[in-house]
Amino acid sequence: MIFEYAPAPESRSVVTLRETYDLFVDGEFAPAEGGEYLTTLNPADETKLAQVAVAGEADVDRAVAAARRAYDTVWSRMSGAERGKYLFRIARIIQERSRELAVLESMDNGKPIKETRDVDLPLVAAHFFYYAGWADKLRHAGLGPDPRPLGVAAQVIPWNFPLLMLAWKIAPALATGNTVVLKPAETTPLTALVFAEICQEADLPPGVVNILTGAGETGRALVEHPGTDKVAFTGSTEVGRRIARSVAGTDKRVTLELGGKGANIVYDDAAIDQAVEGIVSGIFFNQGHVCCAGSRLLVQESIAEELLPRLKDRVAKLRLGDPLDKNTDIGAINSAAQLERIRALTDSGTDEGVERWSPACDLPSTGYWFAPTLLTGVSQAHRVAREEIFGPVLSVLTFRTPEEAVAKANNTPYGLSAGVWTEKGSRMLWTAERLRAGVIWSNTFNKFDPTSPFGGYKESGYGREGGRHGLEAYLG
Amino acid sequence: MPVSHTATAPEATTNRALRAFLHGLPGVDEVGARARAQDLSTRSIKTTAKAQAIDLAISMVDLTTLEGADTPGKVRALCAKAALPDPADRTVPRVGAVCVYPDMVATAVGALRGTGVGVASVATAFPAGRAPLEVKLADTRRAVADGAAEIDMVIDRGAFLSGDYLKVHDEITAVKEACGPAHLKVILETGELVTYDNVRRASHLAIRAGADFIKTSTGKVAPAATPPVVLVMLEAVRDHHAATGARVGVKPAGGIRTTKDAIRQLVLVNEIAGPAWLTPDLFRIGASSLLNDLLMQRTRLTTGTYPGPDYYTQD
Repeated sequence: MIFEYAPAPESRSVVTLRETYDLFVDGEFAPAEGGEYLTTLNPADETKLAQVAVAGEADVDRAVAAARRAYDTVWSRMSGAERGKYLFRIARIIQERSRELAVLESMDNGKPIKETRDVDLPLVAAHFFYYAGWADKLRHAGLGPDPRPLGVAAQVIPWNFPLLMLAWKIAPALATGNTVVLKPAETTPLTALVFAEICQEADLPPGVVNILTGAGETGRALVEHPGTDKVAFTGSTEVGRRIARSVAGTDKRVTLELGGKGANIVYDDAAIDQAVEGIVSGIFFNQGHVCCAGSRLLVQESIAEELLPRLKDRVAKLRLGDPLDKNTDIGAINSAAQLERIRALTDSGTDEGVERWSPACDLPSTGYWFAPTLLTGVSQAHRVAREEIFGPVLSVLTFRTPEEAVAKANNTPYGLSAGVWTEKGSRMLWTAERLRAGVIWSNTFNKFDPTSPFGGYKESGYGREGGRHGLEAYLG
Repeated sequence: MPVSHTATAPEATTNRALRAFLHGLPGVDEVGARARAQDLSTRSIKTTAKAQAIDLAISMVDLTTLEGADTPGKVRALCAKAALPDPADRTVPRVGAVCVYPDMVATAVGALRGTGVGVASVATAFPAGRAPLEVKLADTRRAVADGAAEIDMVIDRGAFLSGDYLKVHDEITAVKEACGPAHLKVILETGELVTYDNVRRASHLAIRAGADFIKTSTGKVAPAATPPVVLVMLEAVRDHHAATGARVGVKPAGGIRTTKDAIRQLVLVNEIAGPAWLTPDLFRIGASSLLNDLLMQRTRLTTGTYPGPDYYTQD
């Protein structure tokens, strides 16, 4: 018989969308001076969700001034224990409103509800709880006897994990006594604006957190603003380079979390069914919109013939469709522009002669969709093995010896993540020691925890977020 | 390099060859296996899908009574229920089989004549299995002679854990032969095998020795049919099918009490072994109290209200 799952869409009624959203500056929502708005869409069906203000230079000035005032008069003077109370309060409100936030995030971003509900939101709350705990213990963090905040932090975050990236940026900044001006991505600003409401609900002093919406120009104005002391950016390597250039020669501190082309190495003695799971979660989690995705599978040649059919079989079982359906594994691509980029890069692989495979799967007629795709017969020279595709596309390469696996894994301008699959502990350690990547997962992939630092080598950026190391980026 | 699961198993059956085959199987990563089972447990089954799943689950139940205090009367009551689970609603399918101790087979066969429900019996010195082979074989032959269509045998866990795979293999082969036309379900008692690697090895060993079904537990040892254990066993039958084209069934037993538990098992079947296994010929659920919950949920779906537990017979 055919065992069909019934559609089980999460109710949208927990979300109250406003027609328009304004900027959040100095504890209040206020329109942008330029009066300009952009529209944010639901990528799953291309319907309009809301209008969001576009911040211009004057707005950036106002927000930075508010953050400075809050820093000088309140936040940097407050005891760590007091700051911690605010952060704990924010964390609790996030938990209370997590259903609403999860649904909204799914609608704005296109990712499946089971990821926002089971991964993003628990991690968001955990980050605030974790850094709340550090706020009164900074002197014991091993970063000097009397670590001091830097001042005003300009933070620019991407669209792949809108609320989680906000948490990664704001929680350590506030815990260490900095104030922030944050710009969410133009395609996914809505949960940041609900977060602004949460700051009000928590009675956070005005100006400690400011949220400016807008596109690249707003981000540039914020990053280049002379009144900020620290820039934190997560996004593409290309924009990261521009930011590094623009702050060079100033005394601003910078952390950059940029692109990746993570290697997922599967040795012939790996627990094969779990390795298949790890490969799937490594590249198809969040539609592959993950900078640390395991987008290059390096499989030992002796098991490639056994592993690939299992992998295809598994990928064919992924359920693509309505992100709000609890049974959905793969949601929508975040924007038309990103879909175009994924198509172009994947096609370049086909042009270069790699073999392309996707399961038979019906794509919805509206919205931005891309079927999970495996590219086989890939060599290091192909574009699809070198450039970050940032979509549900896995490039499969093979290797014969551990030395070759390490050489291929490291032969990339990036160095954010890697996975190693083997049942043999000594081989695991041997490999991990030689990989040039910020995070190396052992017999798992895409696991995050607030206590664990995250960051890259080479063109994947510099600085670490998360853990005790994440405090350092916000302390002088 | 490990021996591929798809490679043909060794020809000569010696303990050394069995050991090489079983230890060459890919390992099971415990954390990953648990995570996958957990992930599948969040599949949401509602309305039409749920109604379908409930009827399927009912038809897969091996309605079981395995108590020292079992009486012919109790077994006959169970048989009546197996053939007509809900007298108030004749659209309810009958269960897969009735599972009893060997001495109750004749009673059950008599009670079920003409109903289409088969009798399964736990022959082979259930539940410990600690009896000489000739006793187990006699137990089996007698149950089959009395009319059992299915034999649930326990493996010698002591022999398995001490590495005497040949003994386990040969016992299964001998019992299979003694079964004649009856189907053989091999109980691995996974709670005593402890590791998932052992579960995978025991599954392949039983399949190789001729099992028609592999079954998790006797129901007398906890933990029994946990989702990760069933997942590993489903992977084994899936891999065996990929290698040989033959399909072996799976029967979780022990601890499956609610409709939700049963539906989670069906999701595992659907997504691990595949939809071809969603039939009572290839998947059974050993249970005693599950049936009433399935019936209650079924009534709730058709009428919109929960009947009280007193509307269903207790045995």
